[in-house]
Amino acid sequence: MHPLTELVSTAHSPATDPHLNVWGWEIPVYLFLGGFTAGIMVLSGWALWKGRRNPRPHTTFALASSGLFILGLILISLGMLALFLDLGHKPYVWRLYLTIKPWSPMSWGAWILLLVYPVLVAGILLDPPRALMRRLPSLRPLVEWVGARAAVRHATGFVSIVVGVALGIYTGILLSALGARPLWSSALLGPLFLVSGLSTSAAFAHWASPEPEERVELAWLDNLFLTIELGLVGMLLIGLLTATEAHAEAARLLLGGPYTAVFWVGVVFVGILLPLVIQSLAVTHRIIHTPIAPVLVMLGGLALRFVIVAAGQHSHWPRLS
Amino acid sequence: MARLGMVIDTRRCVGCMDCVVACKTENQTPEGMNRDWITYATKGRYPRLSLTIQSERCNHCDEPPCVSCCPTGASHVHDWGRVVLVTKEECIGCKACLASCPYDARYVHPDGYADKCTLCIHRVEQGQDPACVSVCPTRCMHFGDLDDPESEVARLLASRTHHAVLPEAGTRPRIFYLE
Amino acid sequence: MNHVSRRRFLKITGAGAGVAAAAGTLGSLPGLRAAKGPSGIRRVPTFCDLCFWKCNAIATVRDGVLWKVEGNPDDPLSRGRLCPRGTGGVGAHFDADRLRAPLLRASVRGEEKWTEVTWDQALAHVAEKLLKIKAEYGPEAVALFSHGVGGSFLRHSIKAFGSPNSAAPSFAQCRGPRDVGFELTFGEPIGSPERTDIRNARCLVLIGSHLGENMHNTQVQEFADAIGSGASVIVADPRFSVAASKAKHYLPIKPGTDLALLLAWMNVLVREGLYDREYVAAHGFGFEAFAAEIQPFTPEWAWPETGIEPETIRETAREMARYRPATLVHPGRHATWYGDDAQRSRAIALLNALLGSWGRKGGFYQPASMRVPGYPYPPYPKPTRGAVDNPGERYPFASEAITTGIREATITGKPYPVKGWMVYATNLIQALPDERETIKAIQALDLLVVIDVVGSEIAGWADVVLPEATYLERYDELNVELFREPFVALRQPVVEPPADQKPNWWIARELALKLGLEAYYPWKTIEEYLDHRLQGAGMSLAALQQRGVVAAPRPAVYYEEGVVPAFSTPSKKIEFYSVQLRDKGFDPVPRFKRPAAGPAGSFRLLFGRAPVHTFSRTQTNPVLAQAMSENEVWLNADVAERAGLRTGDRVRLRNQDGVVSNPVRLKATQAIRPDCVYMVHGFGHTAKGLRRALGKGASDAQLVTRYATDPLMGGTGMNVNFVTLEREA
Repeated sequence: MHPLTELVSTAHSPATDPHLNVWGWEIPVYLFLGGFTAGIMVLSGWALWKGRRNPRPHTTFALASSGLFILGLILISLGMLALFLDLGHKPYVWRLYLTIKPWSPMSWGAWILLLVYPVLVAGILLDPPRALMRRLPSLRPLVEWVGARAAVRHATGFVSIVVGVALGIYTGILLSALGARPLWSSALLGPLFLVSGLSTSAAFAHWASPEPEERVELAWLDNLFLTIELGLVGMLLIGLLTATEAHAEAARLLLGGPYTAVFWVGVVFVGILLPLVIQSLAVTHRIIHTPIAPVLVMLGGLALRFVIVAAGQHSHWPRLS
Repeated sequence: MARLGMVIDTRRCVGCMDCVVACKTENQTPEGMNRDWITYATKGRYPRLSLTIQSERCNHCDEPPCVSCCPTGASHVHDWGRVVLVTKEECIGCKACLASCPYDARYVHPDGYADKCTLCIHRVEQGQDPACVSVCPTRCMHFGDLDDPESEVARLLASRTHHAVLPEAGTRPRIFYLE
Repeated sequence: MNHVSRRRFLKITGAGAGVAAAAGTLGSLPGLRAAKGPSGIRRVPTFCDLCFWKCNAIATVRDGVLWKVEGNPDDPLSRGRLCPRGTGGVGAHFDADRLRAPLLRASVRGEEKWTEVTWDQALAHVAEKLLKIKAEYGPEAVALFSHGVGGSFLRHSIKAFGSPNSAAPSFAQCRGPRDVGFELTFGEPIGSPERTDIRNARCLVLIGSHLGENMHNTQVQEFADAIGSGASVIVADPRFSVAASKAKHYLPIKPGTDLALLLAWMNVLVREGLYDREYVAAHGFGFEAFAAEIQPFTPEWAWPETGIEPETIRETAREMARYRPATLVHPGRHATWYGDDAQRSRAIALLNALLGSWGRKGGFYQPASMRVPGYPYPPYPKPTRGAVDNPGERYPFASEAITTGIREATITGKPYPVKGWMVYATNLIQALPDERETIKAIQALDLLVVIDVVGSEIAGWADVVLPEATYLERYDELNVELFREPFVALRQPVVEPPADQKPNWWIARELALKLGLEAYYPWKTIEEYLDHRLQGAGMSLAALQQRGVVAAPRPAVYYEEGVVPAFSTPSKKIEFYSVQLRDKGFDPVPRFKRPAAGPAGSFRLLFGRAPVHTFSRTQTNPVLAQAMSENEVWLNADVAERAGLRTGDRVRLRNQDGVVSNPVRLKATQAIRPDCVYMVHGFGHTAKGLRRALGKGASDAQLVTRYATDPLMGGTGMNVNFVTLEREA
């Protein structure tokens, strides 16, 4: 059965032939690190807002300690480095900060990323590491002022949740705004990336927190996030399959097309289902908590970003004429 | 308010690629990258066939997603003629505009910024036609102000059936093909 | 939305253009950045050399660097618009694979190992060898092969040397049969540019002619005009070409059977009385005998031969008659197909005669040229022996020299030995059929000199290679054109050659001086030569340097406008029946002979042109190579599917003599008959110097090892080879 139309084009621009291929590893890595940081900001922000305090004298990866905020600082900086590496016209990067473009999610992102830093720093100052206090004793009055006010803790936590959600969601909107790539045309992409980021950070905190009750709590939370994530993935596919032929064809990239194996094995099985089962067994005390599930969740989160970015660039509107 | 666009007569077009070569020499586009290109669509079964040839380029859309997604404003709508242009000193090379274009009309210049057809605005401002329109040996390409009812392009659109590429993408392209 | 003020944009444009120029395609080629000259724009008129149409152009230099080439609006040929090759002409100047200095062969022929020498050394060497050949074998033993206007000074030199042997492949490998067929009928050849009034045709019939892919500028422009005016186009072609896609009637004809179709059409016109009776009565000779001869060739007879249904043949014949005399049955251009090509062309001429289109508007006009006297040279020495290409007038109706005849004489040594070849601007390895014979001939030579812009395959076999400057870097012979509007055009340098390349006139002159032929080059500079000729026509070099082209107003070109019908045939009329053909033992009215079929399971190899390339000479042009870097082999999609082949697969073609091509990309398409394959000519280069084109695509010419020689005029029919396809692992 041969196609009724033979379509030949002389356009062979390397960036768009045979399909869009402008974003390599840098963007998925940033999306992962950004999502991870967003999750940290939401979870730790929630802990702060709820009034939790670090029971230990030193910095840890407990939700109420500053360890996660410090990690977030490192992760988001690495993420921004990846973004910077992706730019083609690097010397002009400062142009991002001369303007706000209300219709450009990338512009929102530039400013959100800027906002992330003061929020993370604020979170760190609420429970600063002793090494930092030894180095910068001038901070002590500020830290004592802040530490005395629960309202400041509360507000920081709230702002951290808001900025974290913005950070987690905007990248999904950035992709879904690019209507020329039908795989990304779904309002679920934003929530999916946010939930994946929450899951990644919950998985890490589950693994790294020194507080036993918190570990269990985070395992339950991670399972919740994983379940929601699975549901969102399902709805994403259903939404695409039931929209236009262009969207259905895009979905088929993951359902029989070239990205099928890496998606179902890497993202769904290894990244969601397997850790969900392991962690469910752990929280019901049938097996002990191990780092295995968290590592799988994090790998799955990375795989999700790679597949979405690559398959999305592969998808396109069919030429009807 | 002038809206510059093109009307191309596919009946006369033979797909010779003169428009592609003229654009390349006029604008010195980088090796392997083109601001315009030809598509050939062959339909049917031998010998009952049809061949539609189209010279395509950036459509300088009325609703350009490449402009709305640009985080710095480098990609913008020129006030005169509503041509879509890129100010390369403002471009950071994020490539969102490449991803947003349903026509894959843009490329990344080796110097790092996004680039594409400019409707030869440097020629148009001197009163000339874009290079592709000026060179076309079959005289199938017409250029002008779509908003001027007396312009050749407006009169052609009013008198002959025509279509644009991927109108369902919703970007309201301004390059039309007479049938 | 953010937007930019106009003033600022213009500033950006200026800077942008400068940056773009530096980073762009051409400026980034190593070693070819021209010295920063005066700033600003300089426009120089000249005429193009990317093909043989010679459109008048205006080259623009910006800040000392060649920028672009556009059409000259005063040009009657291009009307201000060049074809894609001409538009890409700057690439010829910037081509990194150009020949740069004179070369002497340093090992065995064909190994492509060279020693770079000075012009003086190279020309002294050539002169020495030519004089040696002259002493041993006579000056007639030197032959010149040339193609294009740039060969005229070399032709002058070869005649001054005393040789009558000078040929262009365009006769026996291309237009020859067509010109002979029309000469036999109307007494005049078609020539180039063709005297076809396509623009005004109301019905245009194309037999295998693929206007739009064949990019002769004026022809394509007028084709578009005819389409725009609603002309009825009828196309007979085994391939669904671009021209076929514009046709009202597309006839998917079996290859090699066009003559049967033409005879059937004529049969219908005569039988149904649809031909132009008054015209035939007034100008025709032998019509009754002709009508009797074609009586049996009915549409029913033609159907099994051609595959075209009788009703279609009748319908299209009536369509042609409906619009006569503005019905143009196009004579085509490359006509060397099956060996019966002169007779097929004669049949086209006869069909036009029946329709009354010769000399009429919408048919064939009477071209004119301006009178520009030649330079007064002393008479050429009379050769002691006749030309070697057509001994005993074996091909009695050949009106020009037969390149393959010279080649044959070189191999056999009969009627006399040919020991030296000078080859200008034609890649004989790809131009002549059966390259094995060409190589055999070369091995029999004492001297092979190749003068060209790029080092193509023929240069690889040479003893001496002389680099020519491109048309953008040189003066050349005037173009005094024979056309609807007569004109004179000047070619003049726009930029300096980037290395040690020289113009053809300089090479021809310096060589002549070394051969002791000063008498034939009394002028010292080319400007002197050109100005002398132009002054004789009431013009001046200075004026032409400004304008590039001077055209005369269009004279009367149709009988309707007062042109007097005149036919230089024996009967002084249009010869429907040719007594001179009969007397030489040929069919006085064309007869169809079925072409030989190929081996079972094979496909007939057909070839043609792409609008962005010229033969095998432009594949290293950096601008044009970007437009098309390789060719493809077209195979019917159903056939491909059955063979398990898909578009994009790499295949090799093997012909009936076991010659195997380079790997080439497959194009599985509905747009071609199942019994043939098609490729664009000029690719599959093997010359090491053509780095950009080396190994890209496959050479159809390499697979043309069989050819059918036209008995009337020696043309080499090349569509007689068959291939099978093998997938490349």
